Amino acid sequence: MNQTREFHHRIDDALHNDQLRSNFRSAMTGVMERRAQQFPDDDQLQALREQAQAVRANSLVKQPELLERLEQKLTENGIQVHWAEGSEQANAIIHGILEAAGAKTVVKGKSMVSEETELNQYLEQRGIQIIESDLGEYIIQLAKEPPSHIVMPAVHKNRFEVAELFREFHPDIPYTEDVDELTQTARQVLRTRFANADAGVSGVNFAVAETGTLCLVENEGNGRLSTTAPRLHIAITGIEKVVEKLSDVPPLLEILTKSATGQPITTYFNMISRPRQPNELDGPEAVHLVLLDNGRSRIRVDEELLDTLRCIRCGACINHCPVYVQLGGHAYGTVYPGPIGIALEPQRLGLDQAGTLTSACTMCGACAEVCPVKIPLPKLINRLRAESVNEQRTTTPLSGRGSLRKPSEATIWKLWSRLNSHPRLYRMFTFAATRLRWLTPGKLGAWTRYRSAPRPARQSLHDLARKEGFSNE
Amino acid sequence: MPAPERAYFFATCLIDLLYPKAGLAGMQLIRRAGVEVIFPEDQTCCGQPAFNSGYRDEALAVARAQLACFRRDIPVVVPSGSCAGMIKAHWPELFAGQPDEAQALAVAARTYELTEFLVDVLDIQLADLGEPVKIAVHTSCSARREMGVADCIQTLLAQLDKVEVLTQDREAECCGFGGTFAVKQADIAGAMVKDKTDALRATGAERVISQDCGCLMNIGGAFEHQGDGPATQHVAEFLLERTS
Repeated sequence: MNQTREFHHRIDDALHNDQLRSNFRSAMTGVMERRAQQFPDDDQLQALREQAQAVRANSLVKQPELLERLEQKLTENGIQVHWAEGSEQANAIIHGILEAAGAKTVVKGKSMVSEETELNQYLEQRGIQIIESDLGEYIIQLAKEPPSHIVMPAVHKNRFEVAELFREFHPDIPYTEDVDELTQTARQVLRTRFANADAGVSGVNFAVAETGTLCLVENEGNGRLSTTAPRLHIAITGIEKVVEKLSDVPPLLEILTKSATGQPITTYFNMISRPRQPNELDGPEAVHLVLLDNGRSRIRVDEELLDTLRCIRCGACINHCPVYVQLGGHAYGTVYPGPIGIALEPQRLGLDQAGTLTSACTMCGACAEVCPVKIPLPKLINRLRAESVNEQRTTTPLSGRGSLRKPSEATIWKLWSRLNSHPRLYRMFTFAATRLRWLTPGKLGAWTRYRSAPRPARQSLHDLARKEGFSNE
Repeated sequence: MPAPERAYFFATCLIDLLYPKAGLAGMQLIRRAGVEVIFPEDQTCCGQPAFNSGYRDEALAVARAQLACFRRDIPVVVPSGSCAGMIKAHWPELFAGQPDEAQALAVAARTYELTEFLVDVLDIQLADLGEPVKIAVHTSCSARREMGVADCIQTLLAQLDKVEVLTQDREAECCGFGGTFAVKQADIAGAMVKDKTDALRATGAERVISQDCGCLMNIGGAFEHQGDGPATQHVAEFLLERTS
C-alpha cells in the first residue's frame, strides 16, 4: 500500500535526523515538566479532569440542540453564522466573505481547523495575501512547512534554525540567535502588518451556546489583534467546539492551559460576542463564524468513537507520547499528529487513507493518563486497528473498514489462534520448540536489528510445574 | 481479602516458553507463603497479541479457551502486568455480548498481577539473604497504568535491606516493546529501546528488574545486542533468589 510505504519513509527520515529528534526530546521534556508543576495535587487534578470530561461529554450529547442555540444567539448578537460540510465548502465561504468585502490581505491567528481545510493555500491561489500572526505559525509559514504540533507548530525548529530563516527573509534586521530578540523582530514585523490587514481570520477554542460567545485562548496578543484590528473578522471552527453554558468555560480553560503549556492561564483570553457597536471605538465592523463538520457528525454516531470529539486540542497526549518524541509531528503526514492524530485522522480521512497510523502506538497509555478530558486513546486506537483489518459488528459509518487486511497476516493470526485455543496442539508446539531450541534462528527480521533473538527454554513452565509437583486443578 | 488457601497461576505464553524460571519462582513464592498453587495444564495465552493487532475474533477464541482452566472461585495470579491487564481491562470488552461473558468477567474480577498479589493479598514479608546489590526497576506501562500496581514492586524491593534501587531518567517512559509494535514499527521500537537502555545503563545498576517479561525480552535483548549492559531478571526470580 502506497500510503503505508510513505509513512515508513517519513519515519525513516525522522529517525535519521538527530537534530530533529534532539529538538523534540528537549521540547517535550520541558513541556512535560511544566505541566506536572501545574498539578501538584493528584486528587485535584483527577477532580478537574472529571469535571472537564463531564462538560465535554454533555456538549456532545446535546450537540445538535446546542448548535441551533449557538446559531440563534450569535445571530442575535450580530455575528453571521455559516455551515460547511467539508473543507472545500468552508474555504469557499471564507473566500466569498473576503471577496464581498474587497479584502486582499488577511492576518491570521492560529487555527488547526484552517490547517484541516488548507485555507492558506486556497486563498493564496486566489490572490489573497495571508500572514500568520502566531510566532510559531509565522516561522513555519516562512519555512513553507506544515505545523509539527497542534499547540507549538514550529517546535521542530531550534533557535539556530529560526535565526537562519529570519536572516533569509529579513536581511535588513541584524542577525541574532537570541530567542528574545528573535521574538521582538517578529513582533515588529507582524505589528505593522496588523494595522494594514483588510481582514482577520482566527480559530475558536470554545463556542458558548448560552451566550453566543466565541472564546479564543492565546499567548502573544496576536489573536486579539487579528480579531479586533481589521474591519472584518472571520472565525472558523469544528462543530464539536460548542459548549452549553458560559459556566462550562472556566474548568475547560483551566485544564486546557495547564495541560497544554503548563501555564496556570494564558496571557490572553478573548471572548468575542459581537461586532463593533455604533458607540464603540474599535473592533471589526463584521464578524463571521464558519462551523465545519468535516466528518465530525459521522464520528459522533458511534458511541465509542464519539469520545474522540471530546478533545480540546491541548496537545498533552502528543507531549507525553514516547513515539511522537522519537519522530516529531511531520512523520505522521496528517494535520493532527501523535495519539489524538492516530485516533482522529483515520476516522476523518478513512482507514484506507490513514489507518496505518494506528501501528505507531505501543499502547503504553501515557496519553490517556494525561488527557484532560479522559479520552481513552489506546482503546480508540485498538478499535481502529480492529476496524482496519476486519469490519467490527457495529453500524459505524467509518470508511475504509477492513481495507488494511493482508491475507498473509490474517493467516498467521488464524494459525496462532488455533494453536492457542487447542491445549494439545499448544503442548505439542512447546514440546517441539523447547526440544528443538537449537534450531531457533539467530536472526528474526527487524527484531534482531536492535536486539538479540530470544530462545526457548530447555523446558517449558508446563514441564517444570509438573516436575515440581504443582497440581493441575 | 484474607489470604486464600489456593490460587491459580496463569503463566502467560511468553513465560511458559521463554522464561519458565520466572514463572516457577512466582509459583514458589506463593507456595512458600502457605498458599497452594494450581497450574492448570490446559492454559495457553490471554489473547493479547491478536487483540492488540486488531484480530479480535482470533483473540476471543484463545481467551475463551482459558475460561475452563480457571473455573473455581479462587484468585488467578499472573506474573505479568500486561497479561493481567489484558484479562482485567480488555476481556470485558472482548467478551461483551458473548454467551460466556459472565464467566469472563468473573475471572477478570479474580485476576491479580503477581506483585500485587504478593503485597495486597498475601502481605508477604521478605528477609534479604543476599549480598549488597544495586538494581534499577523498569515498571511495565501496563503494570503502571492499566493495572495501577507500580508501587507493589517497590514495596517488595524496599523490604530487601541490601538492595539499593536506583532510578533512571524518564522512568515512566515506555521501553518500546508494545507486542507486535516492535515488529510492525521495528525502527521506532529500536530507537525507543536505545533510549531506555541508555537511561538504565547510566544508573550504574548491576541488574534491571521488571514485572514483565515482554519488556525484559526487549531491554535484555538490546543490552545483549549492544554487547554491554546490566543483567535483566524478572522480579519473581530476583525475590526468590534474595530470600532463599
